Order: sequence, then C-alpha cells, then structure tokens
Amino acid sequence: MLLLDGVDLGYGGTPVLAGVRLHVAPGERVALLGRSGSGKSTLLSALHGAAAGRGMRIALVPQDAALVPQLSALRNVLMGRLDDHGAWRNLRTLIRPAAPDRAAALADLDRVGLTPNADARVESLSGGQKQRVALARALHRGGDLILGDEPLSAVDPRQAQDLAALLRAAFPTAILALHDVAVARAFATRVIGLKQGVFLFDLPVEQLDASRIEALYG
Amino acid sequence: MASLSRLGVVAGFLAVAALCLPLADLTVAGHDPWAALARMGRGFLAPDFSAIEQIARAVALTVAFAVAGVTLGGVAGLIMAPFYRLRAVRGFAIALRSVHELFWALLLLQVFGISVWSGVLAIALPYAGIFAKVLSEILDESDRRPDRWLGPSVDPLTRFLWARAPLALPQMATYALYRLECGLRSSAVLGFIGLPTLGFQLDTFFRQGEYGAAGAVMAIYIALIATVRLWMRPRLLLGWLIFAAVMLATVRTPPMGQGALWRFLSQDIIPAPLRQGDPAALLPWLWDLTTAAILPGLVATLIVAQLALVLAGAVAFVAQALIVPRVTGRIGAALGHLVLVILRSFPEYMLAYLFLQVWGPSMLPTILALGLHNGAIIGHLLGRQATGMTLRADAPRGLTLWGWEIVPRLFGPFVALCLYRWEIIIRESAIMGILGIATLGFYLDDAIGELRMDRAVVILAATGLVTVGIDALSRAIRARLGAGDLRVGDARPGAVPGQATNC
Repeated sequence: MLLLDGVDLGYGGTPVLAGVRLHVAPGERVALLGRSGSGKSTLLSALHGAAAGRGMRIALVPQDAALVPQLSALRNVLMGRLDDHGAWRNLRTLIRPAAPDRAAALADLDRVGLTPNADARVESLSGGQKQRVALARALHRGGDLILGDEPLSAVDPRQAQDLAALLRAAFPTAILALHDVAVARAFATRVIGLKQGVFLFDLPVEQLDASRIEALYG
Repeated sequence: MASLSRLGVVAGFLAVAALCLPLADLTVAGHDPWAALARMGRGFLAPDFSAIEQIARAVALTVAFAVAGVTLGGVAGLIMAPFYRLRAVRGFAIALRSVHELFWALLLLQVFGISVWSGVLAIALPYAGIFAKVLSEILDESDRRPDRWLGPSVDPLTRFLWARAPLALPQMATYALYRLECGLRSSAVLGFIGLPTLGFQLDTFFRQGEYGAAGAVMAIYIALIATVRLWMRPRLLLGWLIFAAVMLATVRTPPMGQGALWRFLSQDIIPAPLRQGDPAALLPWLWDLTTAAILPGLVATLIVAQLALVLAGAVAFVAQALIVPRVTGRIGAALGHLVLVILRSFPEYMLAYLFLQVWGPSMLPTILALGLHNGAIIGHLLGRQATGMTLRADAPRGLTLWGWEIVPRLFGPFVALCLYRWEIIIRESAIMGILGIATLGFYLDDAIGELRMDRAVVILAATGLVTVGIDALSRAIRARLGAGDLRVGDARPGAVPGQATNC
C-alpha cells in the first residue's frame, strides 16, 4: 500500500538516503531506529508525501509537535479535524466549540491523561504535556495511518509504553521513529535500523537481537 | 559595488551642509527672543491649571482621536496584511503611508470640514498603510509549522484564523500598542491645524499670551505620554473604544455643503487646464507649478533637512556618551536621560512650534527642533548600546572611554542611524512648511488655502517622490558602507517598551 521504489531522498544536491526501496503493507507497525541524523526524519517526510499522494488520511505527529501555543489544548486537539468542515463551521468552533465537538476532543485528551489541562493554553504546558496534546490531536484526527517522528521522546518510559499501546489500538497502520528500543519491541511488528543514511536492517521485531542494536548505536 | 568610507560619508555631508549654510534663512525675527524665552520658561515652571476643564476636554479628545484612528487603521491594515504580497495591495498601502498625517488632515479638512472624520481618517489612512506592511512582516516571521500540519485541503480562512493569526497575535498586540503611542502624538499635533485636540489648546493659549496655561498643557501632555503603558492595556480596548465614541459624538461639526467628497474627487483635483477643456495648457501649467512652487519648496526642504541632519549628528555624537554612567557618572547619566526623554517626547512639529514662538519665523527654529529631536533619538539608541558594551576590566572612564572606546566602536552604527533618520528628517522638513517656513508643506498649505486642490495634489505627489528617492539613496549609501553596521535599533519598534519616542 505504501511504496518507495529506489528513490534518492534528501535536501539539495547530496541525498541523505540513496536508492530507498520500502514497502509497507496495511496492518504493519514499523519502528524506525537509529541515532539522530541517520535519516529517519527524511524517510518519514518522504513516506508522508507518498501517503498523501495516495489520498490516505494521515495522522501526523511531527518532532516539534507543531502546536499553536496561544490556543488551548482543547482547540489544538480540535485542529485535527478542520479539513472535514467548511470555513464557517471552523470559525464557530474557534469561537465556541459545539457540545458534541467539545465532548469528543475532551475524550481524546482524557486518553492521554490531560483532562485537567483542556482549557489551558499550550504555551503554559510542560514539554511532555505538549507532546501528549500532539498525540491527542492525532488520535482525534484518526485515519488509515499514523506517522510520528519521535512522538514519545518527552514522556517518561512508563507513560511511553501506555501511549504506544493507545496508538497501536487506534491506527491500523503505523510508522514511528522511536529512540527507546523497549518501546519499539512492544509496539512494532517490524523494525528498520538506519545508520548514516543506510538501511542496516529491516526485520520482523522478533528477530531484533542485542548484536544488531549494538551495531546500530555502537 | 564600490565601497565608501564612513569618514568620507560624514565629510561629504558636512561639506554639503557648509554649502547650504549661506543659503539658509537663519535670521532671528522675534524682536526680543530672550524675553520670550524667559516668559515661556516662567510659564512652564509655574503652570496655571485654572483652565483645567478646557484642557481636560482637549486631553480626552486627543485620546479619543488616537484610539479611533489607530483602531480603524489597524483593522484596515490587518485586512490588507495577508494580501500584502499582491502588487495592487502593496502599492495602495505605500501610497497611503507616503502622505504624512498632517497632509492627509489638510486634504480631509477640505472634504469634511473640521469634523470628527477629518481627524480620525487623517490618522487611520496613513496608519493603515503602515499596519499592512508591519503586520504582514509579523505574519511572515511567525511559526509556519502548525499551518503546514493542517495539510493542503483546509480552506484559507480557517488556516489563517487557526494556524496563522494566533501565532502572530502577541507581536501584533505589542506593535499596536506602540502605534497607539505614536497616534497620541499625531492626534495632539493635529490640533495645530484646527482639530480640537491638545495642539489646538496650546496654540490658543500662546496666541492669548497665557504662558502659564500653555505650561499646564505641556505638563499634562508629558504626563499623558509617560503613563500611556499604565492606562492603555489590550484588555481595556473595548472600554477605550466606547470612551472614544462617546467623546467624538460630542464634537460639533460646522455643516459642509452636500457632495463635498464627490466634488473633490471629480472636479477639484483635476488639473485646471483639463477642467477648462484646454489640454494644451497642461504643460505650461505644470511648468509654472514646478518653477513657482515645487522647486523652491524642494530646495528649502533639502537645505533645512541637511542642516538639521548635521545638527542631529552633532547632538547624537555627544549624547551617546552623556547617558553612559561610566563616562558622566551616575547623576550625570540620569540628567542626560532626562534631557533626552524630554526632547524625544515632544513631536518635532510641537518643538518647532515652541521655538517659533521664541525666534520667529525662519529656518532656525525648524532646524533646531528637527536636529535636537532626531539627535536625541539617535543618541538614546547609541547610548543604550554603549551602556551594554562589554569592556575589559581595566577599561578607562570618563572622556578617555568616550574617545577611545565608545566613539570608534559605535561610529558605524552612528553613521547608519544618521542615514536612516535622513529620510525621516526630509519628510518632517516638508511638513514644517505648514508653520510658515517655505518648505514643500508651505506651498501645499498655500495651494489648499487658495482652494487649488489640483496644484496641492501634484505638490503632494512630488513630496512623496522626493522621500522615496532619499530613502533609496540612504539605502544605497548604507549598503556601500558594509552590511555589518546595519543593525539599526532593536528590530521592530515596539518590541522594547518605551520605544514609542522614536515614532
């Protein structure tokens, strides 16, 4: 369903990733592992382009969260569905969300444990809370596919496991760049190791052993 | 691109100023300037508040005109800002802001008479052009990532309201507050041409020789400007708007003939030869206008501006050290700040008006007002940089520090700032004509007084072209001096509190 076939990825002249061949089938949950600068973000944005080109509904969790700090957590979550409605409906929602919309967004904030902060401006939240707002926005949006660039980097390991389970249940297909190998093992069906722009491995998660991890980060 | 040396540029400006000096009319026309100065000084030291009711009404109207004009201009600018990339919108905004608010007021008085709309629009029209430019810059600088996150299928209005405007809102509010402070000055100055604000009150008291009452107006004006950040807060905006509406509703307007606006647009501003069906006479008409008004006005404007610029440079050169505690001591620096704040608080036009009362009508009061005001602004900006300069532990103090550290290190910014103010000084020199000095504004005022709007519009266009040309020249010189010295001020005005004195 998602296919990159021998493309060079990168910005400007020299590609970050050369000759990428990648096929992601529906139902697969892919974890991208590797140090920062290994090409994970580049690969994710190429996959985002490919998915958008196929008209898929994508829930995106960018590395920098891309929230609007001046708006409340609730309104940031509501942003997940703006393209489902027209301008007037969205204007109304901005001024005062209708009761069902508010209830739906509150439910998604509740899933990430942020109900008490629903009406706080995002700029007043901590880094971990902001990341959870971004996850709630993705949950609220829903869709065929979730694409996340280190979406769990600012929450503690225990929370990361819970949130990963939440994403696993909410999206049929997922591609997440992750830094925590334990979370990757619990979440993914397939792991891809990237090192300096090269695919070091691409395997079912059961075959991920300590020596490969050593080779990736060592 | 050929590079220029800073000393060379300064020497060039000084040489041109020396050539201008014999051409400048610097006569002292008042019969006894020192007595006039003493009377004025006594008035300021012993202000007479007995006319407080009259003054209070003028203060309230000054605030009301400023709030209404800046709000209207801000809303119009906000509507234009997202479309600022379009050539038509940008051209319209440039045209609006290239005409000074006093010139707008002179034109509007012909259409609406002494009415609320003349004052409100005189502020709102040029400010809309300024707002459009600055708000579009703020929008461009704000974070684009939430906008990109929304994807391509979201409609533009939703995109703007959800993911663009909220991100720019804090900077927009700060800038609007700064504009409002500028608007208060504009509003007060509009009184000098007849609107019922503080300038009108000041003019009335001077004409009646009531220096004490004039001193009271000045004291209240300074208090108003100094405390603006205390009483003008974004969350009080609605209250201030209601206040402005109520105050402006009390202004009684002398009736104007029906259709004044239409007559102005369809007849008055059409060149006389065309109106009389004689297109062949258009060229002689233009020639007469150019030789009899535009050229003499332009020469006088450039002479005043050149001498004012050199005076401003001299003031700034000294003032940059005056407010540095390491040079003048803590008390000296505090006194220096006080002098600079006073010179910066008064709009150039008001300063020139005051000096005119002392020295009578010649170029002298204008040059003094422009030189002192702009010199204080440049000196303040440089002095702040000098105070924040990292010095080695055993750096000298006093005059040695000034000569060996401050002057050489800040010479680049000094020249850049002077060049930057050059265009502003030219604009203001043209305005000063309304006070009776023969710069471009004088000929404009004259044409309007004779109800020859066609001539007025051509003079206005010429004034706009001159400022655009000087702006381009100043940019070119600054670019050739090396881009390293182009840090003029601290980015956008209004980002630092209390900067409104640089309007």
